[in-house]
Amino acid sequence: MKVDLKQVEEACKELYVRALKMLPPDIKQGFQRLDRAETNATGKAILGTMIRNITVAEENTNLLCQDTGIPIYNVVIGANVAVDGHALKQAIVSGCTRATKEHPLRSSVVHPTTRKNEHTSGGRHVPVINIDFSADAEQLSIEMIPKGSGSENNSWLKMAIPADGVDAIKTFVIDCVLEAGGKSCPPVIVGVGVGGTADLCVHLSKVAATRPLGSQCADPEGARLESELSKVVNQLGVGAQGLGGDSTAFAVHVETAATHITMNPVAVNMQCHSARRARATFTPQGVEYGY
Amino acid sequence: MTHYELHMPVSEAQVRQLRINDTVTLHDTLYGIRDATQIHMFDHGRTTRFDLKGHAVIHTAPNVKWVGETKEHPSGYAPICIGTTTSARMERFTRPLMEQYGVRIIIGKGGLFAASAKAFSDLGGVYLAIIGGTAALETTWIEQIEEVDLDDLNPESLWKFRIRGFGPLLVAMDSHGGSLYTAVNAAAKDKRAGVLAALGVKS
Repeated sequence: MKVDLKQVEEACKELYVRALKMLPPDIKQGFQRLDRAETNATGKAILGTMIRNITVAEENTNLLCQDTGIPIYNVVIGANVAVDGHALKQAIVSGCTRATKEHPLRSSVVHPTTRKNEHTSGGRHVPVINIDFSADAEQLSIEMIPKGSGSENNSWLKMAIPADGVDAIKTFVIDCVLEAGGKSCPPVIVGVGVGGTADLCVHLSKVAATRPLGSQCADPEGARLESELSKVVNQLGVGAQGLGGDSTAFAVHVETAATHITMNPVAVNMQCHSARRARATFTPQGVEYGY
Repeated sequence: MTHYELHMPVSEAQVRQLRINDTVTLHDTLYGIRDATQIHMFDHGRTTRFDLKGHAVIHTAPNVKWVGETKEHPSGYAPICIGTTTSARMERFTRPLMEQYGVRIIIGKGGLFAASAKAFSDLGGVYLAIIGGTAALETTWIEQIEEVDLDDLNPESLWKFRIRGFGPLLVAMDSHGGSLYTAVNAAAKDKRAGVLAALGVKS
């Protein structure tokens, strides 16, 4: 399968706007589940407003949240896909820039020291482009995630030691949820990376935070950990927007990687309730949009 | 728990009557302000031509579209999506905003801390919580972007919005030392040991 890069550019533009406007169905269901379980009056009212906002955004074809985030594109290239990787990256950047200028969208991206905004949603190494490969022969998939800063500013890494064991991981996750409070725009998805190197651990926490609700960690040990943490996290009472109640988190997600005999790294990355993502799948039949 | 409809600007007495858990809906005028706006105003010595006395500011940087100055869009900007950012980063600007500019109301999400609570108490101010991430709804409460200042900082310019029925917003910090965030955070910390025990963590 040969990839049409014009089509990729167009899709990357479309994906940014779609992600900002339409919340994935699993997140909508997550809201319904939290709303049914909420016992706090303030929490219930806040969830009600959040659910109403999803409808208003759809009716007015407007953005769910004003934060256009840092754009992330996750690319998965199938086995029989022929593509010039460098040109593919250029097409993604170009699609992202065009979305920003043509919609227009607020460019939320600046140089880290001069704070200069190029008004393209881009700059050095941004949009973030992650590339992976799969066995799906005739398929190229691009997932777009506009990662909001309210949640991204609540990111942590701890290089715990083997002697502290899994207890250190659990304690760190709970302490991060407490530290984030209302700042990360709860209800959140708590993304936890366990193992790997320092950078891989942080990356895995982002993968975990942006995974669909209802999905499970492929590692049974990770799945057990996320199930245990998900059961208790809402007992903390931080609540929606940090104003109390039962809706601190939709879920805790865990991703794991093998690590060094001397290491026990754990990272936490939060995803806010505007847990936006959109996906384009390219096959010989054309492009299909989804989540 | 009382509901107030406030037409901006307001007096100190109007702000002092507000208590945590009251709700407020604002009318007429609201100013948008953000990190860079305040860094330039309070660290780089820049000033604004706007009179913020008795007014409300919201922690925001909107999505706008330049359409040119018209009667409908006097600033030249049409609003696309206007929401609210996390307030915590702007904690140190609460007091100078109140002391130097006479701001009475700060609207944001996630709450502010002890220094802001003290400024609200000393000078007569409140923090109103809006629900973060509900910008599509919030945009429907904004009629127009009337004026803009410090626009070289766009999107972190100082925005003057004309609003109608902006709310209801929750009084989350008042001028009598009350803070819903302090109360919720303390209660959550009290639950930490129980949650860790439920996870089988050995203390």
